Amino acid sequence: MTPDIGITHFLTVAAILFTIGVFGIFLNRKNVIIILMSVELILLAVNINFVAFSGHLNDLAGQVFALLILTVAAAEAAIGLAILVIFYRNRNSIAIDDVNVMKG
Amino acid sequence: MMIQAIVFLPLLGALVVGLFGAKLGHRTSEIITSSFLVIAAIFSWIVFLPLAFGGGAEETIKIEIMRWVQVGDLDLRWILRVDTLTAIMLVVVNSVSALVHIYSIGYMADDPSRSRFFAYLSLFTFAMLMLVTADNFLQMFFGWEGVGLASYLLIGFWYKKPSANAAAIKAFVVNRVGDFGFALGIFGAFMVLGSIDFDTAFHAVDGVAGTTVSFFSYQLDALTLVALLLFMGAMGKSAQFLLHTWLPDAMEGPTPVSALIHAATMVTAGVFMVARLSPIFDASPFALTVVIVVGAITAFFAATVGLVQNDIKRVIAYSTCSQLGYMFVALGAGAYSAGIFHLFTHAFFKALLFLGAGSVIHAMHHEQDMRKMGGLRKKIPLTYAMMLIGTLALTGVGIPGTSFGFAGFFSKDSIIEAAYAVGGGVGTFAFYSLVIAALFTSFYSWRLIHLTFHGKSRADQKTFDHAHESPNVMMIPLYLLAIGAIFSGVFFYDQFFGKEKYIEEFFAHSIVINATIIDAAHHVPTWVKWSATFAMVMGLLTAYWFYILAPKLPHRLAQALPKTHLFLLNKWYFDELYDVIFVKPAFRIGNFLWKKIDDDIIDQAIVEGLGNRVQNMTARIVKLQTGYLYHYAFVMLIGIAALLTWVVVTGGMI
Amino acid sequence: MTLQLFFFYLFSTIVVASAFMVISSRNPVHSVLFLILTFFNAAGIFLLAGAEFLAMILIVVYVGAVAVLFLFVVMMLDIDFAELKKGILQYMPIGVLVGIVLFLELALVAGSWIILPEIAAGSVLPIDDTISNTRALGQVLYTRYVYLFLGAAMILLVAMIGAIVLTLHHRKNVKRQNIVEQVARTPETAIKMVKIKSGEGLTK
Repeated sequence: MTPDIGITHFLTVAAILFTIGVFGIFLNRKNVIIILMSVELILLAVNINFVAFSGHLNDLAGQVFALLILTVAAAEAAIGLAILVIFYRNRNSIAIDDVNVMKG
Repeated sequence: MMIQAIVFLPLLGALVVGLFGAKLGHRTSEIITSSFLVIAAIFSWIVFLPLAFGGGAEETIKIEIMRWVQVGDLDLRWILRVDTLTAIMLVVVNSVSALVHIYSIGYMADDPSRSRFFAYLSLFTFAMLMLVTADNFLQMFFGWEGVGLASYLLIGFWYKKPSANAAAIKAFVVNRVGDFGFALGIFGAFMVLGSIDFDTAFHAVDGVAGTTVSFFSYQLDALTLVALLLFMGAMGKSAQFLLHTWLPDAMEGPTPVSALIHAATMVTAGVFMVARLSPIFDASPFALTVVIVVGAITAFFAATVGLVQNDIKRVIAYSTCSQLGYMFVALGAGAYSAGIFHLFTHAFFKALLFLGAGSVIHAMHHEQDMRKMGGLRKKIPLTYAMMLIGTLALTGVGIPGTSFGFAGFFSKDSIIEAAYAVGGGVGTFAFYSLVIAALFTSFYSWRLIHLTFHGKSRADQKTFDHAHESPNVMMIPLYLLAIGAIFSGVFFYDQFFGKEKYIEEFFAHSIVINATIIDAAHHVPTWVKWSATFAMVMGLLTAYWFYILAPKLPHRLAQALPKTHLFLLNKWYFDELYDVIFVKPAFRIGNFLWKKIDDDIIDQAIVEGLGNRVQNMTARIVKLQTGYLYHYAFVMLIGIAALLTWVVVTGGMI
Repeated sequence: MTLQLFFFYLFSTIVVASAFMVISSRNPVHSVLFLILTFFNAAGIFLLAGAEFLAMILIVVYVGAVAVLFLFVVMMLDIDFAELKKGILQYMPIGVLVGIVLFLELALVAGSWIILPEIAAGSVLPIDDTISNTRALGQVLYTRYVYLFLGAAMILLVAMIGAIVLTLHHRKNVKRQNIVEQVARTPETAIKMVKIKSGEGLTK
């Protein structure tokens, strides 16, 4: 990492990404896929954090962990989409507003 | 062994008949209880007579039955104490009770629940015996409460009648008020004298005379306070002024009950108690003054009310109330033996009067209103003779200065003399009250005789024709009581009031003997000695005039003084007064506590309200679960933001 | 402004912008495409931070696999263009507020703390500048962290099986062959001998 780019830059970017991802989860009413994509954004923000610290602290463990996070994110996206497919199969719609069977 | 038999035979009878009366049948129950009581009565006389005529200077007999409570300084045993005072009471209680048992065989012959009646009678007798053989305060209190209970059961014997139930409750509650004072007195006695055992307590009286206790930030003389509290109990039990309202209503019970409980025994428990505790009372002149004043007022007040009553039993009830006042005057004057003397004789003639009235009621087919009687002399002559004897004894017919007189003459005159001998304002007040009360007593007693037996019959023809003499089983107790009413005064005068030496020998430290007052009583002026007889004669003549010579006179007098008549007829409006002061507020408080506090506040607001609140809150909280994922995520986000804020604010300490 | 700093600002601006477009785009296909753009630029940021292997892997895995998967599903589900429903305005103020608070705090924490010198010195895996990033990662991953590696593999396996199990859909009206059944036929159940007279058919 170059001396110009301080760690705060990376962290700020990660924070913004994180916030946007969180917004994405509850600000959308349209469809469920947006939720899954927002989760990916959040994970990406976390990855940026890890990598930034890894470079800053001269510690490779951060990158190792970011790699593992990547793995898990991929697996989770796969499963999430599979569930989505079945969900659509059953209900023929993925509008969020209809998903309130757990209401009580 | 005899003492135990005297005390426990009635209990045995009560238990056997009470538990197995249904199986045994009525006749067997009657025979069991009555025979037990007769045996106990005979034993009582066997215990009493040697004391009376052989000099009573024996040791107090103490028989320990069992140990009861031993806690710290408190060592309670159940001990039967038999001294002269006890022996007198044993005779009174057991004799009258036995005679009442026998009488009830006849009187209650038609009643379907006779076994219960006899069981209750024996139970009462046992409780009364507990009271009189008590050797410590607690035993006496046990007997005290026991007779209250028996009184409640017996007054409300015909429990299907609402008026009987109400009367029973009234008796119990008014007694309770007195018992409250009594209990406080016992506590006070324990605190001041250090023991509730009688002998120990009495020995300690001299040591604490003059000490004070603090009571509601006042310094009061200890023994006066204790004595007054104990007297409050006596006021309740003996229906003295202010706590008297239960006695006339107690006439709702069957007549044998009235004879036993409300004439001879239970109501005299108060008198007995003051006499038994005479060492405590004697140490407090103020308490004695209170006793005299209350007794005098009671005697006067009850006599005035008895003037205009129409129910034959109520007249006799007020007469009892009045005579109890006499006994208390004697106790307050310091002449304890005179009070006990009157108790002794009064038991006989008052029981006689009540049982005779029961005979009249039985003859008139349960008619109790005197205005519907009359002319019964020829129809029930034996009853008439017995009632005459009773009236002569009650009014105190006799010749002063001689040994000729009925029982009441000796005892009543002793009290009047003692009252005069007290002197001072209190004594004079008491003396005049008693003399006027004697006049009234004579008047209403003879009024009763005239209205019931003399003149023309005012009953309807059928009832009058049916009037017949009672069976022998009811008459024999009357004969025996008549003997007592005639002779008990003259036989026992010396021991109770005659000569100091005899008195001291007879009573032998069971009660306090004030030689001064007895001496002074003997030496009162002659006009005082004749005053009672004079009053009695005046009453007799007035009654004769009012009811035989000029029968219309009472009615015209009542019409001329309607307010006074109503005032006396309504018992000086005491019941109404108590109703307004105590009963209605109590009901209001009870209602308030019930409706507002129990119902509204506790049941609705708290119990149900709690349930409702929980339901409301949960119904609202449940709305948080919308089922929408993004709502949940939003909430999570808020949670995270809050957590983060907290961490930042508290400097990183999670 | 050095070159690295310029590129950093460039990459981060595009990342933020396209992330925002991901969540606010009406067309889900557009959302996926913007996601891909985000990933690309994030890879660029990773490069600037010195994690080359991770940057490449990001592109290969995320863009090449995950984002394409997203695209497949979006295409398959045949979603209508949905209108932005009104409800979003209801939560906007609160949401924005909370989001701003969150962001500010993250930034505050990030900007106001210092790293103790000991920590910088005592790193677990000091980066060796002489070898490439890939090689360095490889040296660690298969030796020290081999269990984690296997665990990650397990996770992937489970995900795969899970996806298959969830979405496998046997259509009832599609004829399929069951080889085992076919091979296990016996003459008794397969053949039925019928005597027929000549000239007649097999009508029964």
